[in-house]
Amino acid sequence: MTEVQKDFVQKRESIIIKGNVAAAYAAKSARVQVISAYPITPQTTVVEKLSEFVDNGLMPGTQYIKMESEHSVFAAVVGASKAGTRTFTATSGQGIFYAHEMIHWAAGARLPIVVAIASRGPAPPWNIWADFTDVISQRDTGWMSCFCAEHQEIYDEILMSYKVCEDYDILLPKFVSYGGFILSHTSKPVILEDQDLVDTFLPPLPGEEGWPHIWIDPKRPMMFGNLIMPSSFYYEFRLKIHDANIRAKEKIKNVAKEFEKIFGRNYGNGLIQEYKMDNADIGVIIYGDLALQMEQAVDDLRDEGYKVGMVKLRHFRPFPTEDIIEAAKKVKVLGVIDRATAFGCQTGGPVSCEVKAALHETKGTATILPIINGLGGREVSLEQQKNQLIKLVKYNETGELPKDMIHGTLWDGLLEVE
Amino acid sequence: MSESEKWKKINKSVKERPKVQEYKNWKELSPIPISLPIDGNMGITGDWRTFRPIIKEGCNKCGICWMYCPEGVIKRKEDGSFEIDLRYCKGCGICAKECPTKNIEMIRESDIKDD
Repeated sequence: MTEVQKDFVQKRESIIIKGNVAAAYAAKSARVQVISAYPITPQTTVVEKLSEFVDNGLMPGTQYIKMESEHSVFAAVVGASKAGTRTFTATSGQGIFYAHEMIHWAAGARLPIVVAIASRGPAPPWNIWADFTDVISQRDTGWMSCFCAEHQEIYDEILMSYKVCEDYDILLPKFVSYGGFILSHTSKPVILEDQDLVDTFLPPLPGEEGWPHIWIDPKRPMMFGNLIMPSSFYYEFRLKIHDANIRAKEKIKNVAKEFEKIFGRNYGNGLIQEYKMDNADIGVIIYGDLALQMEQAVDDLRDEGYKVGMVKLRHFRPFPTEDIIEAAKKVKVLGVIDRATAFGCQTGGPVSCEVKAALHETKGTATILPIINGLGGREVSLEQQKNQLIKLVKYNETGELPKDMIHGTLWDGLLEVE
Repeated sequence: MSESEKWKKINKSVKERPKVQEYKNWKELSPIPISLPIDGNMGITGDWRTFRPIIKEGCNKCGICWMYCPEGVIKRKEDGSFEIDLRYCKGCGICAKECPTKNIEMIRESDIKDD
């Protein structure tokens, strides 16, 4: 950061708000035109705040649609987005699963919808606390998805997401997820940016003519969503969704750079954010709110003389394969810490499995140790995270895996009743 | 031309919009498949017809038939009178049923000699 930018940051005021409220403020700052909503814990206060904004006339021209279910919510934002509007909604856990059909539809129709997800554990047993299995279970829908580690990042990432999604070369929807209750219902200072500045950062709202590829206009009739025979282009259109996802990596990096230039906050290269990875022997890949606490664990262990570092994974789709490979070349042992499950896969953790796949057939990269913790909002303390790092250090020194591995993965913090 | 420029152009110009069938490979495709209206996508559906509607002398040009035609094949001419596009008329007879002056007659195709 330059001197000028530092001054710039200090001048701005911040307010103390909950993570969910930060998401609502981001939608307001982005001047979204249509909000469709159905409440679900822990997302409820996002849409509560937005309805308050709309009711108080703070979002002139914004349509707020109350729906009877999440499936209808997504159907409504799909319809509104097709008509050429900037749309927003938020949901959690079971709500995402219920909307799954329309989630596929939004990506297939290439609609730039941004959705905030206050992640919670899937039922049963019923759970409403932080666990990213809900958003990660939408892995193959074509949506981009990312994780936020702090309150400010929720606000910033939603703004950045609109810029990425609405790029005519990308045109994909995106989930912006953060841990339920841990971020959604705790309060921290968040800088709410000047509206003029946000307006210059974001692309202009879609005009009368709508998006370039889809529109609803009686003067230019078109039909969308019709049947394509196997011999026609269905296969090719699916390839194009993947192609857009991969091309989005470059766009995400550029937008993160531009964001830093305008607002002065750095999010690594946009896809990942490294922390003390240079000259480290041991590293961890971690995402969501636990990444913030892990920075403290890394600092503490550095003070004790251990050469540790961490990589905060910001985007899960598109998956930053190249950046992960580069990070894995810097260290000898790399722990991959999941707060989500992918039952029956190689490691049991979705990100660790993905990282292993990314490093396959790449020489000179670290040994991977998959770790799972904090499922369903189980507390992960700073001490526990430091212990995870120590275990990785020991593994590097002695070559012996931790004793309590289950099916090749360290399930850390399991209850033991005496 | 970049992808975005290309699609911006297509969005604005009706004439320049390519039809999906004209694409050679996946790179040339638009982000999503859309269908633009063309006449008779399913072929000449008029040959499904058993009865042909004939507008007789004395039509008062009210436009009820034009409004009711489910296929949109009744066209208003410049003088205000109507003609039926027999290439696509399936002969359902709704126009004849709705005509307030009973000026449309349905005649069996086999009874028409001058074709």
